[in-house]
Amino acid sequence: MVSDEVVRDILRQNEAMSNLVDTLGEDDDLFEKGLDSFGSVQLMLALEERFNVEFPDSLLNRRSFSTIRIIRETVTSLTLGEAA
Amino acid sequence: MTQDLVRRAKRVAAVAAQHADTVDREGRFPAEAVAALKAERLLGLQVPTQYGGEGAGLALIAEVCCTLGQACSASAMVFAMHHIKLASLVTHGLTSDWHCGLMAKVANEQLLIASSTTEAGIGGDLRNSLCAVEADGDLFNLGKDASVISYGAEADVILVTARRNPEAPTSDQVLVALMRDQMSLNRTSTWDTLGMRGTCSEGFRLEARGVPTVQILPKPFAEIAAQSMLASSHLLWSSVWFGIATYAVDRARSYVQGEARRRPGTVPPSALRLAEAANALQAMKATVLSGLRKFEGAQHEPDELSSIGFAVSLNNVKTTSSTMAVDIVQRALGIVGISGYRNDTPFSLGRPLRDVMSAPLMIANDRILSNTANLLLVQKGGGQLLSA
Repeated sequence: MVSDEVVRDILRQNEAMSNLVDTLGEDDDLFEKGLDSFGSVQLMLALEERFNVEFPDSLLNRRSFSTIRIIRETVTSLTLGEAA
Repeated sequence: MTQDLVRRAKRVAAVAAQHADTVDREGRFPAEAVAALKAERLLGLQVPTQYGGEGAGLALIAEVCCTLGQACSASAMVFAMHHIKLASLVTHGLTSDWHCGLMAKVANEQLLIASSTTEAGIGGDLRNSLCAVEADGDLFNLGKDASVISYGAEADVILVTARRNPEAPTSDQVLVALMRDQMSLNRTSTWDTLGMRGTCSEGFRLEARGVPTVQILPKPFAEIAAQSMLASSHLLWSSVWFGIATYAVDRARSYVQGEARRRPGTVPPSALRLAEAANALQAMKATVLSGLRKFEGAQHEPDELSSIGFAVSLNNVKTTSSTMAVDIVQRALGIVGISGYRNDTPFSLGRPLRDVMSAPLMIANDRILSNTANLLLVQKGGGQLLSA
């Protein structure tokens, strides 16, 4: 399942995020914490690879990757959609 | 409104055209054209009507950029840059009383807004800052080595990017509105360039002390950049370049028609080249227009504005239109030949050619293509002709 910890593990690979991950709240805005366009794409790729999902274009926006909670919910809904 | 606006823009363009050569030769600010912009009240166009403006959307501003681009590239670019900053205020400042007051002043007093994003040590990467807002209670200090502030010496207001506080990472930025009398500007570099000489994009050491913190825009700059600056910059710059290319093709057309009149019964060989240039100009126009329509469709949808698909298509508008604009002006020069190469004929194209060569360089196309390349790693595609 998609746990908070797995999302944090993936975020830890991001240069701008790595030192901050443990201090991030579930609802902190990652872009305000320094996630940039390059970093967000790398995050999307890592999530796609880890959970074997593909984010449709409709989810490829800032909001879908803005907080740990939203990432977890987005990935969860995609994994459930694939299982159905 | 459109017809009235076109007439006002054309009156300004007539003034701009009259002074374009001296502005270029002397590398000076297009003061006459900017005075005409103020007289026609075009600096407040975008300000919402309740604050004394006309509530114009980006497409109307783009139309004015194109009209001015046909007369004086520097004047057109000053107008475009002013409205790119104003777009950020209008999109992100409505929840702040202070910024609403500023919009009213811009409309009523026709204030000119400049931008300070570029910084020594960071370069043109607008999403990073070294300088920081240093707040003390309700006031703050800010000092910035601003290596480029276009028409900074002439601006009434400058919107400045800075880190949120001295501890914030370089990408955690805010946008601050500084009034002319709240800051000192000491020139650190000059602007002696191939073209676009009238934008006077000089470097300054900017110092502001004791500025009320309410002048910091409430939204993070990351959001402002993604939701209003990306689109308005690419679309308004492209509209200026389209104006320059249009002027060049008009000169070429007029030249070919002159040839045709002198030799009745034949189609001049240069007409074929004109057909190619007109073809390219139409393709460029379609690129800019589709970008403007895409923006109008997405304007009130923050998710769409911040989507990867939107960023890719706006990036493509910039790289395509800037490359095409240079190509089109060069084609026009090829058609008019030596008359265009000379600086003293009705067909002279030296100034527009030098000006338009800035297009692929202002935010280098390679930087934009690298950004697009990154985004394409996750975009899925499958677009339709009539949408996306």
